[in-house]
Amino acid sequence: MITVRIPSAMRGLTDGAAHVEVEGMTVREALDALVVRHPALGARLFDDQGKVRRFVNLYVGEDDIRFSEGLDTAVPEGGTLSILPAVAGG
Amino acid sequence: MSGFGFSEEQVLRYSRHIILPHVGGAGQRKLLDAKVLCVGAGGLGSPIAMYLAAAGVGTIGLLDFDRVDLTNLQRQLLHDTDDVGRPKVESGMERLRAINPGVDVITHDTMLTSANAMEILSGYDIVVDGSDNFPVRYLVNDAAQMLGKPLVYGSIFQFEGQATVFLPGQETPCYRCLFPQPPPPGAVPSCSEAGVFGVLPGIVGSIQAVEAIKLITGIGTPLVGRLLLFDALEMEFTTVKLRWDPECPVCGKSPTVTELIDYEAFCGLPPRLGEIV
Repeated sequence: MITVRIPSAMRGLTDGAAHVEVEGMTVREALDALVVRHPALGARLFDDQGKVRRFVNLYVGEDDIRFSEGLDTAVPEGGTLSILPAVAGG
Repeated sequence: MSGFGFSEEQVLRYSRHIILPHVGGAGQRKLLDAKVLCVGAGGLGSPIAMYLAAAGVGTIGLLDFDRVDLTNLQRQLLHDTDDVGRPKVESGMERLRAINPGVDVITHDTMLTSANAMEILSGYDIVVDGSDNFPVRYLVNDAAQMLGKPLVYGSIFQFEGQATVFLPGQETPCYRCLFPQPPPPGAVPSCSEAGVFGVLPGIVGSIQAVEAIKLITGIGTPLVGRLLLFDALEMEFTTVKLRWDPECPVCGKSPTVTELIDYEAFCGLPPRLGEIV
């Protein structure tokens, strides 16, 4: 089981849930499972080519997947995948 | 406290800093000699500027083109009910002077643009970003990197905030290393569209003030290479690692952006009225 941390900007698409538990060995599998459960998240996370949107960062634990294996980055059992969109409010 | 040039009033006013291990008279002297620019005098700018003023930061620049609106008062403690309609830098300056008359407050009643950013930022040692939109955030980042100024970043949305410190130069990340591209217009709603929890900027802006004071005094470990995330609803503080991107167009090995650009165009927005880039 992996815990996906949902930012408040996207909780309207997860029935308000801040954490969603999914199964998966990689970031891609975890996000696919997340989108199956909450389909509206798909367009917020991925562009038309299926790539993660450039203004959405993903972290396995503390590490940005852009600097490891991208969507193929492994997520350990019991680990956390955090979704971090750019926000600008002040 | 001879040697630091404090007045008797200053010795008393700053006594709780002066007796504090790590800060002391030397640290207080650095605060009195420091010049900090607060970009934005709103939700984040309020606690940032008020705590820096109370701490005795000698020169505080307040930059905002906006006027106080009734909807601001739920969170922007720089401004009072009677200030509605006044320029934010005016009411903000009054608040800071009331907190600490010894602070020199410089007001910049203007929008930060590619035409004025280098000149304005160059007058300060440290820049604290409490702005509220993507074009200004990229502009402040790029100008701070080009001028070699540390930038204390904070940003909020609804119940969540982010904060970190971007140091100039290679080896440490900048805002573009964190978010290489801005979201398309409309993809991320503003506070006026989505609402914002009133206390949230108080927490995040206070963290920015902490980091600014640490940078000035040289104490502790700065929030560099780590992004602090705060979730008020879950009451969670977490950090993730930030990495310097060698391909970064501003602070990477071969920078391609070496002067300020049109940040509205970069963010997919039409040019602002009257702006010369």
